[in-house]
Amino acid sequence: MRARVLTVLGWVWRYALAALVLLFSHRRTVARERELPANTRAETWTASLLFAAALAGLAFVAIYAFDDADTQLLGLSIAVALALVAAGLILAASLVVPQETLEECRPAFADPTEEEEDVEDAALTLREGVDGVTRRRLLKAAGGAAGVGLGTAALAPLASLGPAVGDRLGASPWKDGVRLVEENGMPVKAADLEIGSFLTAFAEGADKEQLATSLAVVRVKPDELELPEDRAGWAPEGILAFSKICTHAQCAISLFRYPLFAERSPGPALVCPCHYSTFDVLDGGERIFGPAVRPLPQLPLRIEDGFLVAAGPFSGAVGASWGKVKEEG
Amino acid sequence: MPLTTRRVLRTVESRTGGASPLTKALRYVFPDHWTFLFGEIAMYTFLILVATGTYLALFFEPSTAHVIYHGAYAPLRGQEMTKAYASAVNLSFEVQAGLLIRQVHHWAADVFLAAITIHLMRIFFTGAFRKPRDVNYYVGLTMLVLAVLEGYVGYSLLDDLLSGMGLAIGNGVALSLPVVGGQLGVLLWGGRFPGAGDFFSRLFFVHVFLFPVLIGSLMAVHLALIARPHHTQFRGRGRSERNVVGTPMWPAYALRSLGLFFAVAAVLFALGGLVQINPIWQWGPYEPYLGTNGAQPDWYLGWLIGALRLMPHFDVVIGNYTLIPNPFWGGVLFPGAVFGFLYLWPTIERRWTGDRRIHNLLDRPRDNPIRTAIGAAVFTLVATVFFAGAADRAFVQFGVPYEDQLWGYRALTILLPVLVFFVTRRICRRLRASGEHPGRGSGAVMVRRSAAGGFEQLDPEHGGETADS
Repeated sequence: MRARVLTVLGWVWRYALAALVLLFSHRRTVARERELPANTRAETWTASLLFAAALAGLAFVAIYAFDDADTQLLGLSIAVALALVAAGLILAASLVVPQETLEECRPAFADPTEEEEDVEDAALTLREGVDGVTRRRLLKAAGGAAGVGLGTAALAPLASLGPAVGDRLGASPWKDGVRLVEENGMPVKAADLEIGSFLTAFAEGADKEQLATSLAVVRVKPDELELPEDRAGWAPEGILAFSKICTHAQCAISLFRYPLFAERSPGPALVCPCHYSTFDVLDGGERIFGPAVRPLPQLPLRIEDGFLVAAGPFSGAVGASWGKVKEEG
Repeated sequence: MPLTTRRVLRTVESRTGGASPLTKALRYVFPDHWTFLFGEIAMYTFLILVATGTYLALFFEPSTAHVIYHGAYAPLRGQEMTKAYASAVNLSFEVQAGLLIRQVHHWAADVFLAAITIHLMRIFFTGAFRKPRDVNYYVGLTMLVLAVLEGYVGYSLLDDLLSGMGLAIGNGVALSLPVVGGQLGVLLWGGRFPGAGDFFSRLFFVHVFLFPVLIGSLMAVHLALIARPHHTQFRGRGRSERNVVGTPMWPAYALRSLGLFFAVAAVLFALGGLVQINPIWQWGPYEPYLGTNGAQPDWYLGWLIGALRLMPHFDVVIGNYTLIPNPFWGGVLFPGAVFGFLYLWPTIERRWTGDRRIHNLLDRPRDNPIRTAIGAAVFTLVATVFFAGAADRAFVQFGVPYEDQLWGYRALTILLPVLVFFVTRRICRRLRASGEHPGRGSGAVMVRRSAAGGFEQLDPEHGGETADS
């Protein structure tokens, strides 16, 4: 038994060594060598590998025919079939067919010295085409004009891609008196919001997919607030509403960082998961970290019969910046 | 030769005169070097992308019409979603072998971009982009740009949460273009993000027709422009600027290359069957008001998300007009600068060295220490920004605060490329001076004994070389 193991190990070692030598030995190139392997063993192996590939291919079909075929088995069987074909072809390429090293001359133009003659010929042929034409400049100008005119005409229909007039980047459903609703359409009750909580809300009756519809509603302790003076009444009972769309690249702001131990943690802030723009909620959405430049637009709130209602439009433009962002805000 | 072969050849010859070009093609010589395989891998991956993509297009419905999901995947049942997302989930769960093909397609896209990138590095560091191949280098770069966009458009089509977040960022970057950004964003999307229903038909058309046709056509041009002056080759015995030495197409190279195709396909199908990628049913459908932490794009866009994250916060504002919003820096300027560098490099090198000659023999990276050092520095910069894009993952893994990482990466993007430039230049110069080859371990030298009994050392690299440029 031990002798057999040793023999097997010996074989493995010899093949491994041979493989290493083949892999790392530096083969030298000599032009025009041709060698006929005439290797019947390699031919047998190639044929066996291709037959095995056929079987693996059939296995794939068999697995596929099963109801609810397993993706792993499907992938494995087809991969094995392909790998067997690959092995067969690579084996045939190196041990069955003639091994040849050939030298080929490059075409003349890839030669560093020969190109001028052909260039002259082509230039002459082109020039002969306008022999006897007198008002070349006029014709060139006319041709150019036709090109520009037709080019403009060809590009003009691209404008149809855009929306009808009036659909502005700054469109928003929020104005005084619009109620805040939850995802299921129920109005948002102020008393349901706990301190440190985060809620996604929408404008009542508006399309939820419209960028300016969604809000990040958070609640903090009212005495923490540091809102600017002109926003004094915007956060009744410490409830603040901001556009949920980041002003950097308009991902939805889905993280609310609320300190569990205020003395040692940074203050409450909304964080965008895409590029980590961070907005301080206490001072009205000013950016404190990340690539965003404009503050998060804040929506003034009031409480009507216990429910949250917008008290006016957003403080700025919703979503990513563009040229006229300031005017439309 | 069997009779039928002759008959086929005769048919071809009498109708197209193709027999002689065929003979020439069969004798076309491929120089042997393993680094030449990356371009082939990219080409074969593209074929697999087209094949798997065709299958997927038979089941996928690029529609933003809303449906309630009633399919096989229980956790999503009863949810409202677009037909695009629902059909992508359905083809994953209810089409036999659908998930396999979808995952192979996605893996193939990642491998496609990886193969092109490594191929590009090979071309760059060996000077293969020099005349007469500079035009073909531009064709290749253009295919890389198209491939990145094609990949982005492809995974954006599925309308799952991650793809929607990617489109939101893409729209933000489009809006950030100076002056025309607002109009362009509205034009492409058919309105304010998330856009009109037409937008997904546009994406679909771009992904399954426009870009693949462009890439396929450029690939044909690429191959023609390779075959016309023939392949480049490394220096070696019997190799000169005027010839090319290697294995002829028929039979050994054709078989070997076909073998490579099947090997690439085997790896891709093994990955697609065994290694899960983009499980869209876990992300859920996208709505503009939804976002998730830890969102990462496919690897080839990692450098762009990294650039968007690293940029300090500033816009260029003139009076009341925002000329350049922030996403422009990371989303347009940075990739523009990197590709600009790559497009311009052949010209820069030509001007700077004054070398306008034709080159068919390749440099080893060490042969041109400055080019190698500059290239290494640029790729290091891109790699550093790429890793910065994974800072949120590193935060979860290692607990290093995101803010600190960002400042670290900002410093690294400046320091590392400079460091890499000097280290690479030094290594190249040393290797060139010593003639060592780090890849070939033995360190043995070849000696020849003379009749008188003395020894003379032979240079293992250049021994017996006949021609040099």
